[in-house]
Amino acid sequence: MFELLGVPPQVLFGQLLLGLINGSFYALLSLGLAVIFGMLNVINFAHGALYMIGAFVAWFLLNKLGLGYWWALLLAPATVGLVGVIVEKTLLSRLYKLDHLYGLLLTFGLALIFEGAFRHQFGVSGQPYPIPDALKGGQNLGFMFLPNYRGWVVAASIVVCFGTWFAIERTRLGAYLRAATENPVLVQAFGINVPVMITLTYGFGVALAGLAGVLAAPIYQVSPLMGSNLIIVVFAVVVIGGMGSILGAIVTGLGLGLLEGLTKVFYPEASNIVVFVVMAIVLLIKPAGLFGRER
Amino acid sequence: MLKTLLCGTALLALTAGAAHAQVSNNVIKIGVMNDRSGIYADLAGEGSAIAARLAAEEFGNKVAGTPIEIVVADHQNKADIAANTARQWVDTENVDVVADVPNSAAALAVQGITKEKKRIFLMSGPGSTDLTGKACSPYGFHWTYDNYAMAAGTARALVEQGKKSWYFITADYAFGHSLEDETTKMVKQLDGKVAGSVRHPLGTSDFSSFLLQAQASKADVIGLANAGGDATNAVKQAAEFGITQSGQSLAGLLLFISDVHALGLQAAQGLMLTTGFYWDMDDQTRDWTKKFEAKAGRKPTMVQAGVYSAVRHYLKAVEAVGSDDPDKVAAKMRELPVNDMFAKNGKIAANGRMFHDMYLAQVKTTAESKAPWDYYKIVKTIPAEQAYLDPAKSGCSLVK
Repeated sequence: MFELLGVPPQVLFGQLLLGLINGSFYALLSLGLAVIFGMLNVINFAHGALYMIGAFVAWFLLNKLGLGYWWALLLAPATVGLVGVIVEKTLLSRLYKLDHLYGLLLTFGLALIFEGAFRHQFGVSGQPYPIPDALKGGQNLGFMFLPNYRGWVVAASIVVCFGTWFAIERTRLGAYLRAATENPVLVQAFGINVPVMITLTYGFGVALAGLAGVLAAPIYQVSPLMGSNLIIVVFAVVVIGGMGSILGAIVTGLGLGLLEGLTKVFYPEASNIVVFVVMAIVLLIKPAGLFGRER
Repeated sequence: MLKTLLCGTALLALTAGAAHAQVSNNVIKIGVMNDRSGIYADLAGEGSAIAARLAAEEFGNKVAGTPIEIVVADHQNKADIAANTARQWVDTENVDVVADVPNSAAALAVQGITKEKKRIFLMSGPGSTDLTGKACSPYGFHWTYDNYAMAAGTARALVEQGKKSWYFITADYAFGHSLEDETTKMVKQLDGKVAGSVRHPLGTSDFSSFLLQAQASKADVIGLANAGGDATNAVKQAAEFGITQSGQSLAGLLLFISDVHALGLQAAQGLMLTTGFYWDMDDQTRDWTKKFEAKAGRKPTMVQAGVYSAVRHYLKAVEAVGSDDPDKVAAKMRELPVNDMFAKNGKIAANGRMFHDMYLAQVKTTAESKAPWDYYKIVKTIPAEQAYLDPAKSGCSLVK
């Protein structure tokens, strides 16, 4: 049996697959951020908190209303999207004329408020959320045991990611959106309601975070801290991919998940900084990010 | 006229001084420092402050004629913040006692300061045995549990069941290293072996890759040398990856009842753990728990119960000495036995370790549990001398 740097190949394959699973979470979350930044020029710091709220909505639906996972998959993103629409209409829309920093500060403040409120209500240890019956169990792939649920997460997030990419880059609606960010006045002159389009874009972006929250609920504890644990890495992913680049967010998310998986095999202590090392290197060499363009 | 007034004032000041001559600053100030918002906030946090207040209330919030004041601070699991807070408390706010301080790195930092400044330090939250070993202090008291006791309880029970090879998933900081170390020693002492270990950063959410490495090691037991949210995530994901079904046992080397509550019995049932306290032991613990729950809205963890017991013992010593002089109080604390709802005939050794019985518990199955928080079956009582390291072997310079 051959070994690579002292690591048997089946362990390596297993880790790569796990990296892909984590990567699909990164991709889903950074996709929402990239959509929002690309279309609204807002750095949405509340993204992690909204991801957490998505998971809590799923928990609430199951424990208070008796609605299971599949309902949550639909209702939680809708609820989070609605929260997003309200936030955009009442707060964010007042800040577009100002510097980017104000949007960042507002969403950061919102994130702290959301997290604080949930922490006050539920404590930090979080709440359990079971894996849905249909996805229990797993497959023995020979080199590792793959829980069915994790397989489902990868499949679902890849479909959603590429669906979003297609909608924005290849459809007429997406073309309107892209045009509206380039020159909102002109697009409005063609009779398209730009403010509504922007509101819906923000709602959609945060709904993606809510969806990621539901997908994460059965794997991680549903806890008020789950968002802040992840959000910094996700920001790094967006910066590496290039702010606002949809494809960049997807590809970098998956790629960094793989890289992190490898780090966990060869030097586990560094697994939480490897993403930032890559970010520093990318910023030095290509400040706009791997897929971004200079503005 | 002015002369009389001055004389009167001076006289008043003198008598006021005489009444409390023995207590500095006319107040006994107890600072409860812990993680109030991060991963250890549920096992310590505000609950520890509530426990300290319950102890003070038992004395009518007054001891040796002096009011007791409880202050709190959040060290955010950072050793530097813990050290700065302790310094500020002692230097400018006249805090007499620092209590709790989960997170061994933070506790070690505070121990250095309380030792230098001669302040009593009542540790309930931290686990590192260094606190009563090479970093021991004449003013430091380690109350609720320590990593040796955890290893002695859980590791011994599992090795004696014939589960001899171990693999560790360890939190990469002082506490995790110490817990792994103590357990390794215990396993080897009982003719077991350690197949390997992997270290993860504090606050990891995805354990799958570490679990997979542990699974590949084919060890009998996967020891989780971590705590709080790290431990619960690892247990939950171990179930997902079918680790327990495939014959490997999972041992939470430091699990609190708050963790079991967060996991839910579905994921936690059957886990073996060692604990210094369980709320449903006897009438005394249940009575105290009722008072605690009325204020905290949940059952106490062993750390919170330990804060109560330690603060209560400190106040008893102050009462007996009639002073808050740290040297006298520390000597009195070592002299008095600890008898309360938390410990029966507890004794404090020269190195600051409070010797009390520990309990080996198994998490109940969903069928066995009758009510919320009805979580533990006490499998056996581990007598204090077996539960804790012999002070003579601790490496503490205070032990002669």
